Amino acid sequence: MRNDFPVKFDRVCEVLDKHKCDPNKLIAILQEVQEEYKYLPEDIMTYIATALGISPGSVFGVATFYSHFTLEPKGKYVIKVCDGTACHVRKSEEILKVLEKELGLSGRKKTSDDMIFTLETVACLGACGLAPVVVVNDEVHGSMTKEKTIELLNRIREQEKQENNK
Amino acid sequence: MTGSILTKQIIDLDKTREIYKDASASYKSRIVICAGTGCMANGAMSIYNKFREVIYERGLKVAVMLDKEEHKEDDRCDNDFLLVESGCQGFCQMGPLVTLYPQKILYTKVKTSDVEEIVDRTLIKNEYVDRLLYECPDSKHHVRDMDKIPFYERQNRIMLKLCGHINVHDADEYIANGGYFMARKSVLEMTDTQICKEILDSGLRGRGGGGFPTGRKWDLTRINESDVKYVICNGDEGDPGAFMDRCVMEGNPHSVLEGMIIAAMAVNATKGYVYVRTEYPLAVSRLKTAIRTARENGILGEHIFGSDRSFDIEVMEGAGAFVCGEETALIASIEGKRGMPSIKPPFPAEKGLFGKPTVINNVETLATVPVILEMGAEEYRKLGTETSKGTKTFALTGHVANTGLIEVPFGTTLREIVGEIGGGVIDDDGNNCGVDFKAVQIGGPSGGCLTQEHLDLPLDYDNLRDVGAMVGSGGLVVMNQNTCMVQIARFFMQFTQNESCGKCVVCREGTRQMLALLDDIIEGRADAATLDLLEELANTVKIGSLCGLGKTAPNPVLSTLKYFRDEYIAHVYNKRCPTGNCDALKTYRVIVEKCKACGLCARKCPVDAIEGSKGVPYVINIEKCIRCGACYTACKFDAIVKG
Ligand SMILES: Cc1cc2nc3c(=O)[nH]c(=O)nc-3n(C[C@H](O)[C@H](O)[C@H](O)COP(=O)(O)O)c2cc1C
Ligand code: FES
Repeated sequence: MRNDFPVKFDRVCEVLDKHKCDPNKLIAILQEVQEEYKYLPEDIMTYIATALGISPGSVFGVATFYSHFTLEPKGKYVIKVCDGTACHVRKSEEILKVLEKELGLSGRKKTSDDMIFTLETVACLGACGLAPVVVVNDEVHGSMTKEKTIELLNRIREQEKQENNK
Repeated sequence: MTGSILTKQIIDLDKTREIYKDASASYKSRIVICAGTGCMANGAMSIYNKFREVIYERGLKVAVMLDKEEHKEDDRCDNDFLLVESGCQGFCQMGPLVTLYPQKILYTKVKTSDVEEIVDRTLIKNEYVDRLLYECPDSKHHVRDMDKIPFYERQNRIMLKLCGHINVHDADEYIANGGYFMARKSVLEMTDTQICKEILDSGLRGRGGGGFPTGRKWDLTRINESDVKYVICNGDEGDPGAFMDRCVMEGNPHSVLEGMIIAAMAVNATKGYVYVRTEYPLAVSRLKTAIRTARENGILGEHIFGSDRSFDIEVMEGAGAFVCGEETALIASIEGKRGMPSIKPPFPAEKGLFGKPTVINNVETLATVPVILEMGAEEYRKLGTETSKGTKTFALTGHVANTGLIEVPFGTTLREIVGEIGGGVIDDDGNNCGVDFKAVQIGGPSGGCLTQEHLDLPLDYDNLRDVGAMVGSGGLVVMNQNTCMVQIARFFMQFTQNESCGKCVVCREGTRQMLALLDDIIEGRADAATLDLLEELANTVKIGSLCGLGKTAPNPVLSTLKYFRDEYIAHVYNKRCPTGNCDALKTYRVIVEKCKACGLCARKCPVDAIEGSKGVPYVINIEKCIRCGACYTACKFDAIVKG
């Protein structure tokens, strides 16, 4: 653990340098940091606060205000079920239920213990013409049904198995 | 940065257009693949690649970027076809779409296996592949000219015209179609007051929800003296069920930049921001590329178009908060803070971003600006109604046959939009049932619903406000007869409750309590007082909230209460959901005629609530029933109904 600390902070420093430690760029900085680490570790946020000369509370406040930021690591496959209006009236809830059941996840427990799956709902992905929509790591799957959802899940599991066998 | 004017090349728009015209005349056909979100998800890119492959196999040549070298007369045509990726063409339901010019043929639901046939028959032999043409649902007639497809025929696509046509990777195509000519005019030939006046005269009102006259907003910012002023483009598009701004930013990003340049000239701003929501990564990258290209061509940066004016634009990615669509919250977010709204006045026009005068406009508003300057205010005013001029885009979704992106003049009726452009309402199994809809939700979580009685209401800002709805951003979600309106109200309440930023108590707590009351209604706990309490609370939240989010949050509840009170009453007093959607209120009943008295349901029932014996139809004891639905799923003869 000790050993990767310097490396860990190296990357934050790069991001901070790029934005010239400008507190007005806090959101952009957090976005890039999250891109790097997949989430916002607490020590990194404190570090950012010190570097920008603002209180850790302000950084934490911004990080918790916006739903895009996560303070916990997410699974390898992030499955987002759209629950925007268009998807909702086309019964996205049924699809969410199928996924919750299949993955053993819920509104409270969003990531599986093996860190493979994270299940979330989002409000409109802007693909309403294809409602209901499910997005797996930025890949859009439209006109979903319960059957297609299970098929999709099985495909991911299969792929995961093959990668493990390699 | 002095001296940069000497080294930087400034694009000659007229020459670019000229060269482009010559070059494009040398292709036999232009093949446009729709690369909007909808078509992409259905495999548009593999169709694009297949076209390249098949055309090469046939020994023909295809270019993916217009070849703008100036050729000599004899060897002009190096390529036979031009293959381009366009932005969303709107007809998402029928995707993936392939359009061929100059024939104006639209092929729908194209698969990679169809590509060979299109190349061999249409591109080489000039024949139609009938099965891929749009088929009119009634007449079963195949439409050969795409402009004659009812979905397009009834629209008036002026702002969206180029969006589904030009190559998203080639800025010159925008210029060749008149792009940036108006930006140049605003920089070199017009004064700030002239621009403001022209936009005011056009009658353009903000497309982001409020409907404030854009010309007036600009003029208010113009008169505030300051060394620094800003132009912000609001691309936050938070309304779930709307995706117009996304299509414009992805399909024609330069038109947004051009609108911002004109706005900057009108108010004398030097810096602009486009705020895009994080769910739209493609829009972010397309805008960034467009900005780079514009800078390289002297359209953005210092000394734009060779003048002594400067204007540059930066893209700012949101981080997922609906309230950031509100202008003061958005400004706080650009400043790197929590996106919480602040009290107005001061308005952004006086004290906006970093305390400087700021113009903030919606994507669609800004993209319409160049169109207005080109048409002239006089011409533009002719479209629309008395109080709402021009056209408006709507995202048509939900239970409708043709979902997609449309643009119609203000004053168009729901009957035309849902029945003709939308091709009618569909039931849960996808069967068409004409205009027999239950409601149309317009304006998203801040809006309200329209019902059968509004079928012939000309849609514009004022008419909609009068019936308790609003244009909003333009999401139009159609709902069929099987939709429970109480649940829809709850759905929006849940949304606004989640998104309430928490700054003011009335909104934070009020939305939470309203949601709890709606839950009571849906789960059968409501009593005579619930509806009154709900209504009273709704009016309190409406009056007492700080920003537009809270002020409009009760709208879906109030509007469903107004038009579907019966349904609420059935939930509250009869403990019944008329559409059978609310699980907690479902009752199960055996249809005597259908029951074969097999006894399966009684064996499946976990609480022994079903009684009967061989030969006699079974009966469900409502008192004992826990509404689990086990009997309903078990019955092989569909003899058990719920509702
Ligand atoms: C809660 C809330 C959300 C909003 N969301 C958006 C939005 O997503 N996009 C938008 O353009 N305007 C949105 N607005 C309206 C903006 O505050 C502002 O009026 C608009 O950007 C002004 O541009 P316009 O005059 O061109 O319409 C929202 C307002 C409120 C109160
Ligand atoms: S409502 Fe689901 S994509 Fe818009």
